[in-house]
Amino acid sequence: MATQHSRSIARLMIAPATILLLGWMLVPLTMTLYFSFRKYLPLRGGDLGWVGFDNYVRFISSSSFWPAVATTLIIVGGVLFITVVIGILLALLLDQPLWGQGVVRILVIAPFFVMPTVSGLVWKNMFMDPVNGFFAHMWRAFGAEPIQWLSQASLPSLVMIVSWQWLPFATLILLTAIQSLDSEQLEAAEMDGAKPLRRFWHIILPHLARAITVVVLIQTIFLLSIFAEIFVTTAGAFGTKTLTYLIFQRVLESQNVGLGSAGGVYAIILANIVAIFLMRIVGKNLDK
Amino acid sequence: MARAVTPRRKLFNTLLAWAVGMVIFFPIFWIFVLSFKTEGDAISTPLEVLTSAWTLESYAVVQDRSDYFKHFTNSVIIAVGSTLLGVLVAVPAAWSMAFVPSKRTRGILMWMLSTKMLPAVGVLYPIYLLFIEMGLLDSRTGLVVVLMLINLPIIVWMLYTYFREIPVEILEAARMDGASLRSELLYVLTPMAIPGIASTVLLNVILAWNEAFWTLNLTAAKAAPLTAFIASYSSPEGLFYAKLSAASVMAITPILIMGWFSQKQLVRGLTFGAVK
Repeated sequence: MATQHSRSIARLMIAPATILLLGWMLVPLTMTLYFSFRKYLPLRGGDLGWVGFDNYVRFISSSSFWPAVATTLIIVGGVLFITVVIGILLALLLDQPLWGQGVVRILVIAPFFVMPTVSGLVWKNMFMDPVNGFFAHMWRAFGAEPIQWLSQASLPSLVMIVSWQWLPFATLILLTAIQSLDSEQLEAAEMDGAKPLRRFWHIILPHLARAITVVVLIQTIFLLSIFAEIFVTTAGAFGTKTLTYLIFQRVLESQNVGLGSAGGVYAIILANIVAIFLMRIVGKNLDK
Repeated sequence: MARAVTPRRKLFNTLLAWAVGMVIFFPIFWIFVLSFKTEGDAISTPLEVLTSAWTLESYAVVQDRSDYFKHFTNSVIIAVGSTLLGVLVAVPAAWSMAFVPSKRTRGILMWMLSTKMLPAVGVLYPIYLLFIEMGLLDSRTGLVVVLMLINLPIIVWMLYTYFREIPVEILEAARMDGASLRSELLYVLTPMAIPGIASTVLLNVILAWNEAFWTLNLTAAKAAPLTAFIASYSSPEGLFYAKLSAASVMAITPILIMGWFSQKQLVRGLTFGAVK
């Protein structure tokens, strides 16, 4: 149907977006790769030459590497678990007939639109502050000693803040998926006497499997690179240094660019492993 | 999936859903309340906070002391600028992939998506260095370009999924009637594409407004948008709850309102069409 003429115009129309993204990907990536093989200290002598895989070895063998991996896993895993489990329950609830559904939905998705620096600081100060925070007032009202949230329970606190931000995303997607479920199938199961729990386990959950996978993969990609929430709350103290934050500190704070770049390459590889799975699902949908 | 249920069951669902909704929304409600209090009242117990006098003082103080409006303007310019620039680049690409697909379309789309997966911290130093070299550090121009690039894959994808829903038969009919490519674009396609473009703009303005990696790392006093301005409250002097609340309320309200209109686009835009 398309003529030769319209084909060449079509190619011309894709060109700007393709060239921009290609440049955006290749230029910094090449630089990161290049730096990762060099001893590069901008404030202490500049580029001090080729060091092979030295940076890669040193990044992994540094004492802060494994704690950062553990922190990353706890935050990503904790937030995924909370958002998916509560997200499913909330989606099931919001799918039920109830008065004021639209308003409840608005209340539930609101946190997603709050910028990360605001939610980080509001939680840190107005809620988790051990002296003036909302929780401290509550704890004292019940005669309990307030908790030093961000210093004594730093990881659970961060998981809580980030879960609050991402719960709306999980809920909204799972709700969309539940609403596409064929209600006749559920009614038939109900008539056959299937109890709610069995209906959930055998009909709803399998139907949600794909949506859950998508939520997990997309959130993982975003959660691996959370930054602002840590930057404004603990600044990496109290064991909250994730891989992303560690690389940020190496590169910009201690200006050890070679070492940080090697860390960056690890981060890119890690993100790509997750991305491959996500792309496969998205790609399948594209063929339909 | 609306099913008939007993009124008692519906009442129970309603109460439970409202309770959960209010708990989730509470932090946002609370900063609205605190923003209308004096600094002294803002740190008192929740009951005293609710019963103390209301005032607009903090809003005035935030504007006076820190030139709030400058940062607000920066946010608007960066979010809207990067989105419009992105749409300008993405519309032709999405249009041609949706209506003149070739063997490579699928590959190009997937590749574009893959650039979105690149962790920002992995390329932090190169971008930082390039910004210094080009004098773009702490400039709005630099941020417009970077945010345009990081959101470009989402913009192309969203537009592509919207454009693909436009029936090709209409274009063919227009062609049969002798419409030129220009009039085909102007009179047939544009009116049908506008809702999709508007949705795309809406979601991407939200994403760019809230972006907090590049805005924090590439700006200082001059070009800092609200994300970076708010971050300056992480090392405050003296009492600041009411001021932080007032600044936060002004930073999130426009986006909350836009966000409520973009619920549907959110699912489409952030799952790349994998969940419908």
